[in-house]
Amino acid sequence: MAGILRYGAYVPYCRLRRSALSGRGQGERSVASFDEDATSMAVEAGREALRSSEQPPAEVLLASTSHPYAEKLNSAVLHAALDLPAGTCTADLASSSRSGLAALAMASRLKSRGPVLACAADVVVGAPMGPRESAGGDAACAFLVGDGARCGAEIVGTASHTEELLDVWRGPEQPFARQWEERFVQRRLLPALESALRRSLQASGLRIADLTRAAVDTSHRKIAFALAKSAGLQPHQFADDLAGSVGRSGAAHAGLLLANLLDEAAPGDRIAVLCAADGAEAVVLEITEHIREARPRHAVSAWIEAKHSGIPYETYLKWRGILPFEPPRRPDPPRPAAPPMSRAERWKYAFVGARCRSCGATNLPPQRVCVQCGAVDVMDDAPYADATARVATYTVDHLAYSLQQPVVAAVVDFDQGGRFACELADVDPRRVAIGQELEMTFRRLYTSDGVRNYFWKARPRR
Amino acid sequence: MASRGIRDRVAIVGMGCTRFGEHWDRGASDLLVEAALGACASARIDREEIDAYWLGTLTSGRSGLLLSEPLKTGYKPITRVENFCATGSEALRNAAYAVACSAYDLVMAIGVEKLKDSGYSGLASGGGVPTDGTQSSMTAPATFSLLAPAYAKKYGLDEDTLRQVLTRIACKNHANGARNPKAQYQRAVPPEKIEGAPKVAGMLGVFDCSGVSDGAAAAILCRTEDAHKYSDNPLLIKALSFIAGPADGAKRQDYDYTSFPEVVASAADAYSQAGIRDAREEISMAEVHDCFTPTELVLMEDLGFSRRGHAWRDTLDGRFEIGGAQPVNPDGGLKSFGHPIGASGLRMMYEMWLQFRGEADQRQLNAPKLGLTHNLGGAPGRCVSFVSVVGAN
Repeated sequence: MAGILRYGAYVPYCRLRRSALSGRGQGERSVASFDEDATSMAVEAGREALRSSEQPPAEVLLASTSHPYAEKLNSAVLHAALDLPAGTCTADLASSSRSGLAALAMASRLKSRGPVLACAADVVVGAPMGPRESAGGDAACAFLVGDGARCGAEIVGTASHTEELLDVWRGPEQPFARQWEERFVQRRLLPALESALRRSLQASGLRIADLTRAAVDTSHRKIAFALAKSAGLQPHQFADDLAGSVGRSGAAHAGLLLANLLDEAAPGDRIAVLCAADGAEAVVLEITEHIREARPRHAVSAWIEAKHSGIPYETYLKWRGILPFEPPRRPDPPRPAAPPMSRAERWKYAFVGARCRSCGATNLPPQRVCVQCGAVDVMDDAPYADATARVATYTVDHLAYSLQQPVVAAVVDFDQGGRFACELADVDPRRVAIGQELEMTFRRLYTSDGVRNYFWKARPRR
Repeated sequence: MASRGIRDRVAIVGMGCTRFGEHWDRGASDLLVEAALGACASARIDREEIDAYWLGTLTSGRSGLLLSEPLKTGYKPITRVENFCATGSEALRNAAYAVACSAYDLVMAIGVEKLKDSGYSGLASGGGVPTDGTQSSMTAPATFSLLAPAYAKKYGLDEDTLRQVLTRIACKNHANGARNPKAQYQRAVPPEKIEGAPKVAGMLGVFDCSGVSDGAAAAILCRTEDAHKYSDNPLLIKALSFIAGPADGAKRQDYDYTSFPEVVASAADAYSQAGIRDAREEISMAEVHDCFTPTELVLMEDLGFSRRGHAWRDTLDGRFEIGGAQPVNPDGGLKSFGHPIGASGLRMMYEMWLQFRGEADQRQLNAPKLGLTHNLGGAPGRCVSFVSVVGAN
């Protein structure tokens, strides 16, 4: 049997209060910052899932309805940022919020070459002032799926139900998805969910009453309630759908709900996760005594609690490219070039520096001639993505080109040695201080001529 | 390292300098022609007499043709040089070496920059080199703003005192520029205005930054023994030093952003060439690279005008003002004369030319003995530095 060896999740730092959206809805939704996208968020979740794992994944799946590139393998960026071996098979799944849970279900059947990393991430954008904008959220999740012996949660049953259904649709020419009338969709998706739940329980040899918790991700909450009623799910079994704190985060959402349940689950617990979109998907899991080792550094609740609420609505629209704005009177950043990016791949994507064998100094970026002792070509790789750092000095730059001014730039001293100057992410310019503790985060610095320029920034430790 | 220098072997015998500022009605070609012909007139020569040219510009053009085409120099060697904001000084240094070694007899160093045509705020020079996209996006004011808090922390200054010091530097250079008909800004600026200006980066406001401007400046050089042919009071080059540092300030934790080691090295080299033991006592006046107010503060220590940790006190005491013991930037500096990159190093030398000839009018200093120009390019922890020492005999 297959199971979850490790997992991770990510909820970005910023929140948009729904009260800012002409009074629609309660609570707030998570918002990817101006320098984040589905791929960069998948990297955050993927790093959590691979932290201290012994075996790199043999396959990587990345599901999203908001892949930054329509053509060009998005999971290859994820693969590079996670510094995985070239022999890894990578593929993007797309087009439906069901693709995230489908990736997990497929991963449980795919593990013949070794573990599978199933990631899902989404930046959910709706038409301004519409229900999708308000109900949506941005998040990512990642599951390392492998053989059951040492897994934290065994995947005991899966079931799919596919049908052609015009529920949510968006052509490449459309900036925002449209949605069919709710009552019709409910009529079709409820049976799909019921069927997937019934068959996944059958496959796992369980009954409804055996489930400790069930999480249901649907575009309409009413469908989840209807399922609970028809299937006989009790209120105590029903998991928080994170609608009030995160919002429905597209392809990432079912996995995010699962991660949230795994954070709290005890050995012996049985969990069902369901997603209704273009049919339905169901995954049933049983928690093992290894669940503690499977857990990431940050629980979903920790990601949700660390936040910056109250992003102005115009700022949000500007970040998503919906609201045109006056650009700074500075030259546009140049398009990065393919050959230098390729030469610097492990530095640019995985933040791998070099350590001098002669004097031990860390060279960031990697140098041939050591910055400290001048020794030539005696460098070892120094993976620094998980290194911790402090602000040595910083400045608030009102002149630099950015979608979000001012830019906070810092000289960063790593606790493991070495120094690097970079931008700070998710930071309040008024609260930066010398000595502040930082960690590295993978971001999209800017986009030029369609090229998404990814690199690392430092952020206050979360 | 042998750095023997060319002490007293080369003289400047003519100089020209345009007004610096927003020359909407003139391009780089016009500015070059004006500065070149001004220098020729000052040396009382015809431009055909010049054997070779060194042309400095960062962004306003490429190759020697940038000068030969507008000035109609015929078939002459013209070398285009570039070394960030020290470009003008690099043109001068290389031109000086060419006559010192007798490769040529009479040469021109000329620098130009046409910055205002870009339409951007501040300096904007991408360079156009294809990159991997990981380079720092910090602007020049942001990189230099790092000096201020580091200096304050190291020497125990509170923020108000530091602000007072930086304001004093800006006030001084604006007051000096007000006495200079070629400066971009010719008005004294009150402290309240400096401190109330919109922020650019860190604690630096608009008035802590040098003026972005257009301009050109030129010098004519020959061997000292020939100087009498062109000028009754030539300016003698005592020392020329140029250092490109290892650019490791943002790579090593031991750099603390309170000094430019490149400046310290170039000053030591220049003082050794000129036989100077105590710069604080022996240098009568200086034109230094005050691109931002904290830069001038730190330079006073790196050049040895102030002891470490004491430049702020010397600044507040008025030591570097026109009436002070060691005037710095009497022409207004980059702050108010303006900073057309390729021209700035030669503009500094132009003030030496005027001061040592007694032609500095309202800002004339009393009998300077040795003058110093200092020109910097890059950013703290990653820069090039030029220092010259000049005198009248």
